[in-house]
Parts: sequence; structure tokens; C-alpha cells
Amino acid sequence: MITLDSVTKSYPTGNTALSDVSFSIDRGEFVFLVGPSGSGKTTLFRLLIRDTLPTSGTIMIGEWDIAHLPKKHIPHLRKRIGVVFQDLKLLRDRTIFENVLFPLEVANMNDQEAKEHVEAILEQVGIVDHRFKFPVQLSGGELQRAAIARALAFSPDIILADEPTGNLDNATSWEIVRLLQDINEHDNATVIMATHNTDIVNSLPKRLLALEHGKLVRDEVREKKHKKD
Amino acid sequence: MKTLKTSWKHIRRSPYQAVAAVFIMMLTFLAISVFSFIVFGSSVVIKYFESKPQVTAFFKDTAQQKDIDTLEEELNQTGKIAKMKFISKAQALQIYRQQNKDDPLLLDLVTQDILPASLEISTNNIEDLGTISDMLKNSPDVSQVIYQKDIVSTLTTWTNAIRIIGITLIAVLALVSIFIMMTVIGFKVSQKRDEIEIMRLLSATDWYIRWPFIMEGIIYGIIGTLIGWVFASASLVYATPYLQTFLRGIPLLPVSPVFLLELLLGELFIAIVLGMAASSLAVLRYLK
Repeated sequence: MITLDSVTKSYPTGNTALSDVSFSIDRGEFVFLVGPSGSGKTTLFRLLIRDTLPTSGTIMIGEWDIAHLPKKHIPHLRKRIGVVFQDLKLLRDRTIFENVLFPLEVANMNDQEAKEHVEAILEQVGIVDHRFKFPVQLSGGELQRAAIARALAFSPDIILADEPTGNLDNATSWEIVRLLQDINEHDNATVIMATHNTDIVNSLPKRLLALEHGKLVRDEVREKKHKKD
Repeated sequence: MKTLKTSWKHIRRSPYQAVAAVFIMMLTFLAISVFSFIVFGSSVVIKYFESKPQVTAFFKDTAQQKDIDTLEEELNQTGKIAKMKFISKAQALQIYRQQNKDDPLLLDLVTQDILPASLEISTNNIEDLGTISDMLKNSPDVSQVIYQKDIVSTLTTWTNAIRIIGITLIAVLALVSIFIMMTVIGFKVSQKRDEIEIMRLLSATDWYIRWPFIMEGIIYGIIGTLIGWVFASASLVYATPYLQTFLRGIPLLPVSPVFLLELLLGELFIAIVLGMAASSLAVLRYLK
């Protein structure tokens, strides 16, 4: 599904965000991406949605070679990948319903069909009662759910969640992780979740990719599951 | 339709910028309308004078009727005369009274004695007016010869001057319109930078993002044109009775609604091009 082969990303300033990173992720996998701040997690996500180009190496998503994808196909790629951004990127002057509807409007989907779809997604992520509220009226966990709902708008094959538990308390963090797990299991979507939360990472028997200074230092499947109290 | 809705939302959310853009477009198209009226009107006036190849000779008070008859005979013999009409002092007074029937003061001041008898002559060809005019000037009984060619050339000079001023003014206003619209739309693009970035990340194509801004420029153009045109046309309709008195006899007023409609369509076309050009420039500059 996702294959990176010797991917390096350097910036003109001389900074190297990713260095010779290679891995492969199958459809339906749930992967934790860990590493300290500045280790290259966000850069990796930006490369996957073609928000930036690799300096060298190959990135394949399905049959698409991302670095050589014609510009006109980028919108198609971004429909296949739902992103939960670290800063959420919700539009403050639109309600939660309108925020989730937004990508469908962009895709020119039929109005009625789009509204029904959004209603179903909001139900799925558990914030249907907040649909007519504005982002400023929601708690951190609810905002994360709204961002996840928007990422689900196109029923994507891949979900990239960049630190979705970053500013949340432990209980809310677990709710978000369970929601992502649920999406992974029921929709068979590949989920890559970047996180700092070692408690969550250690508790779930999922694959772990660890980045440090832009290099992939660990790629393992964690078998042992710690029960959460 | 969605694009139009988005453009309309952009306009509603920043009404003062929209007013500025519409106002400058209105000024441009008001100027275009007014100068179109002047250019069209003056061409009709010139045509009117050109279509009446006429020389008017005013006789001295000392001129005898038999001398005038002789002159008429001589003119007829040239074979160049299409029509000739003698207007006696009494007839001149009658015409004067008819023309100034609403102004008793002017009627009181003028008597038959101070109006000269005259001869109005039309030739078959406009080129013959010169020869006839010279013949009349050489006659000892003629005090003054009014020759339409002079009126036409004076009018043409004035019209050309007005046309040059008009075109310059319109060009300047059109340029200012483009710059103001570019600024307004450019400002809106930078205001929405975050939203645009999110749209891009959420799979929006470049043209999906650009179209509402371009459409916004077209809407400013269309609204500005409509207001400018309505204002100019209403002023013309209002002024028609006064202008009719001034342009007595010239078949110019009232202006045909077909002409006004054609003008509107032409202006709308220019407005769409101007609006589109300005907003496209803004979008290309700010949305690379």
C-alpha cells in the first residue's frame, strides 16, 4: 500500500528532515510513528500527501509514484488519504458540520448525498450532537473527533493522524485511539498515528516505526499488550 | 453555481471593499456611457448637416427683388441646384416667431426690419456647394453667406477633441479600475490564505480555488456597469426635453432604446473582460 525506498528530504537551509528512510506498510495496518519533536514525523506525512517533494528516493502509494505524480492528480491522491493535522486546521468560521462537509463541497459532491454522509460520519465519531457548534465551542477531544471526521469524509484508504492525542488528557487520548482503531478495523483503512504517548504505544500490539534525527531507527511489531487500568 | 455562491459570500463578508470595487467600475462605465452618447450624438449631428448640402445667403436691405430674381436665374442656369427657396423679411419674422414663441421678450425685441431676406440653396452634390457659395459671395446684393461645410468642419474638430479626451479618460479609469480590483481581490486572497491552504490539503484543485475570486471580479464589473449605465441613461432621458429644444430639427432625440440596449451589452462585455483580467492578475500574483 505504502512503500518508501531510501527517501531523503533536505531543505535548502541545509537541514535534513529525513535521511534514507525505507519501509513498507500493507493495507489495513495500524502503525505508530514515534520519535522526538523534529525527528521527521510531520515531514513524512507531508511527503505522503505530496505537500512537499523528497530530495531523493521513491515513495509509492498503491500504484502512484508520489514524487512523479502529475500535479493534476494530486487532488485524487489527497482524496485517498485522510489527514488529521497536528494543528487540526479546522475553519473557525464554520460549524463542525460545515467543516466536515467542506472537502465534499470541494469535490463537488451532490448536496443532499454529502449532507447525509457527513451526518453518518459525525454519528460514527460521536459528535453528532455538536454538529451546529463552532470549533471554539468544543473541547480538545471533541475537536480531535471533528478533525478525524473530516479526514473520513472521502472514506479514505489511509488515515494519517499527526499527534492526535498531543494536548489531551489520558482518558480522552484513549477514546481517540479507540476511535482510530475502530476505523482501522471496520473500514479496513491503513492508519499511521504519530504520537509521543508511550503509554498508548506500549499498551497496544501494533507495529511501531521510530524516527530519530530523520533516520528510521526501529521498525517492529509489538506483541506484548499491557492492560490499561 | 457553487462558485457563484462562494463569490457572493466573499462579497457579503467584506462589503466596503466590494463597494469600492463597484464604485470605480461604475465611474468607468458612466464615463464610457456618457462619451458614447456624445460620440454617437455628434456623429448624427454631423451627418444631419452633411445630408443637407445648403448655403444660405443673406441679402442686404438695399437689394431689389429684380436683382434677387436675376441672381436666382443665374444660379438655376448652373444646373447644380437641387432646391432653392427665397425667404422674405416677413417670412423670416414668421420663422423667428415660431422658433421663439415661448419667449415674449425676444418676440418684442425683433421686428421685420432687422431680419434680412435670404436664399436657402441645396445642391445635388456636396462638392458644388463651394462654387455656389463663391457665386453668392461675388454678388453685390449679398451681405453674408453661411456655408454648412464650415459648421461641419467645426463640429468635426470639436468631436475629435472630445473623442480623444474621452478615450484618454476611459483608458485611465479602466487602468485605475484594474488596479483597484486587483488590490481588493489580492487582499481577499491573502486574508483567506489559511482557508486556501486547507482547501489545497483537502484535495481542492487550483481552479476550484481560483474561480470564486475571478467570478468576484466579474460580478463587480457587471454591477458597476449596470449602475453606471442606468445612471447615464436616466440622465439622458431626463435631459432629452432640454436637448430637443437645443438640437431643434436634428433627428437625434429621443435616443432609441435599441441603441441603449446595444450600449449596455457592449459595456457588459467590456466589464466582464476587465473584471476577469483584474481578478485573474490578482489570483495569479497571490495564488502561485
